[in-house]
Amino acid sequence: MTDLTRLSLAAARDGLRAKKFTAVELTRAHLAAMEKARALNAYLVETPDLALAAAASSDARLAKGEGGPLEGLPLGIKDLYCTKGVATTAASRILENFVPHYESTVSSQLWRDGAVMLGKLNLDEFAMGSSNETSAYGPVVSPWRRNGSDAKIVPGGSSGGSAAAVAAHLCLGATATDTGGSIRQPAAFTGTVGIKPTYGRCSRWGIVAFASSLDQAGPIARDVRDAAIMLRSMAGYDAKDSTSVDLPTPDYETAVGASIKGKRIGIPKEYRLDGMSAEIDALWMRGVAWLKDAGAEIVEISLPHTRHALPAYYIVAPAEASSNLARYDGVRYGLRKPGRDIQDMYEQTRAAGFGPEVRRRIMIGAYVLSAGYYDAYYVRAQKIRTLIKRDFETTFNAGVDAILTPATPSPAFAIGEKGAADPVEMYLNDVFTVTVNMAGLPGIVVPGGLSAEGLPLGLQLIGRPFEEETLFSLAAALEQAAPRMEPPQAWWA
Amino acid sequence: MSVDQGTVHRIAHLARIAVDDNEVEHLQREINAILSFVEALGAIDVEGVEPMTSVLPMLLRMRPDEVTDGFIAEDVVANAPEREDHFFVVPKVVE
Repeated sequence: MTDLTRLSLAAARDGLRAKKFTAVELTRAHLAAMEKARALNAYLVETPDLALAAAASSDARLAKGEGGPLEGLPLGIKDLYCTKGVATTAASRILENFVPHYESTVSSQLWRDGAVMLGKLNLDEFAMGSSNETSAYGPVVSPWRRNGSDAKIVPGGSSGGSAAAVAAHLCLGATATDTGGSIRQPAAFTGTVGIKPTYGRCSRWGIVAFASSLDQAGPIARDVRDAAIMLRSMAGYDAKDSTSVDLPTPDYETAVGASIKGKRIGIPKEYRLDGMSAEIDALWMRGVAWLKDAGAEIVEISLPHTRHALPAYYIVAPAEASSNLARYDGVRYGLRKPGRDIQDMYEQTRAAGFGPEVRRRIMIGAYVLSAGYYDAYYVRAQKIRTLIKRDFETTFNAGVDAILTPATPSPAFAIGEKGAADPVEMYLNDVFTVTVNMAGLPGIVVPGGLSAEGLPLGLQLIGRPFEEETLFSLAAALEQAAPRMEPPQAWWA
Repeated sequence: MSVDQGTVHRIAHLARIAVDDNEVEHLQREINAILSFVEALGAIDVEGVEPMTSVLPMLLRMRPDEVTDGFIAEDVVANAPEREDHFFVVPKVVE
């Protein structure tokens, strides 16, 4: 039998329905691949027994001609999603022994539709990071390497485990989350497809909160169709999340392959940064040409407040994080360190439980929210957020259907190469993705080719609110036109 | 704006995170690097701009005021580091 881990999610789905193989066989193939790939550190927890039991139930349903849209398909779950009875750590020491007694809404919808959980995927601690190096359980290693080098490359972050597992064929697809680029940047770094849907499209209930006004769930998959299939199951109204939107969920898969003739694509001049690498600029221009060839109309646009988005994000996101992470107090769940009194217990617990990046962001957040600084920092950042959103509204009102940009300012870098001296160096990774979170818009990243060093580069499309279907159609057109990428050699196996 | 070491101690206390004296200088440098990164925002004209409160026009939904969940005390305390029956146990806070 051919290696079942080489199949796309759509092909595996069709193969199961045609009874070419069973869900148990498909699951076993993935469990075996995971076992051989532990050097990548993509999975924090493997759940083989649960996976095989779920696969056997799926086979029983498939044998009767029943089963949901994801019946029998093995997936990885970012360890930010609470999974009932399975440890959920957010890659933090403070949640080391936390076992939720409930299931996140998004993951419960995957199980409702028949999917099989293979395990929990590594991430940056509390999803704060752009390289997966802030995980308390060690960094994830990308399956990609530079030409002629065995230096360990980061998979991006925060959904680094998700991206690496998908790229290394350790699952058919994975859940992820995106607060400033945490789905799209790792997708770009690993040659995979990731979509952050419109704010409100997916329920945040049961996903460990980072910055609630920015956080959104979404999938990382190996192609556009697979991402569309996954998002359909993940999205949908949930009464338990007050910011979840009560709209019908379209069948996104039907948008894949639809004509993009006449779509107006905006090219924002402000994304051409000073000192942008020639390689990234060339990738962007190839993307423009591919969409034009497929019948789209290209227009230059202006988003004048773009350069303020990243600094404003580094006020808003830490402010919300400092508030959200106040719940880790050593009382109700998670780690507790003893102290002289209750105040000291809080302080010792949080000092021991949070890693350096999380501590830094909580402290920045506490500062910008503190008396005397709240107006100068936080309120001002929220005003700038209004301006950023207005830029996009003006563009969309002028008839632009979507915006094409590079996904990242550079290809992936080596572990330890960035951010050691200055945290801001790492933050700059999100310069093209963060605007989308600030404005609540949907954004998708698709592979566009390889860098001179042989690492993947991604293109980003930004859409109007709740028009993910347009993004899937446009992304599929880019995917069609982009050169085929050979998947990375399995040097780890 | 930049913070001095006293402010670092104050922020750490606001955040309820114990910080060793030998970490303060390092933290001060990092916090100041981030503050200088966001400094340029101070120059932007935001006169008359409303601060964003909701990223998309959304109305908070109302629902009937009735019990929809509960009687799961065992689940609620299951992950507590220290508990007695269905209570969380904390160090003594009143004399």
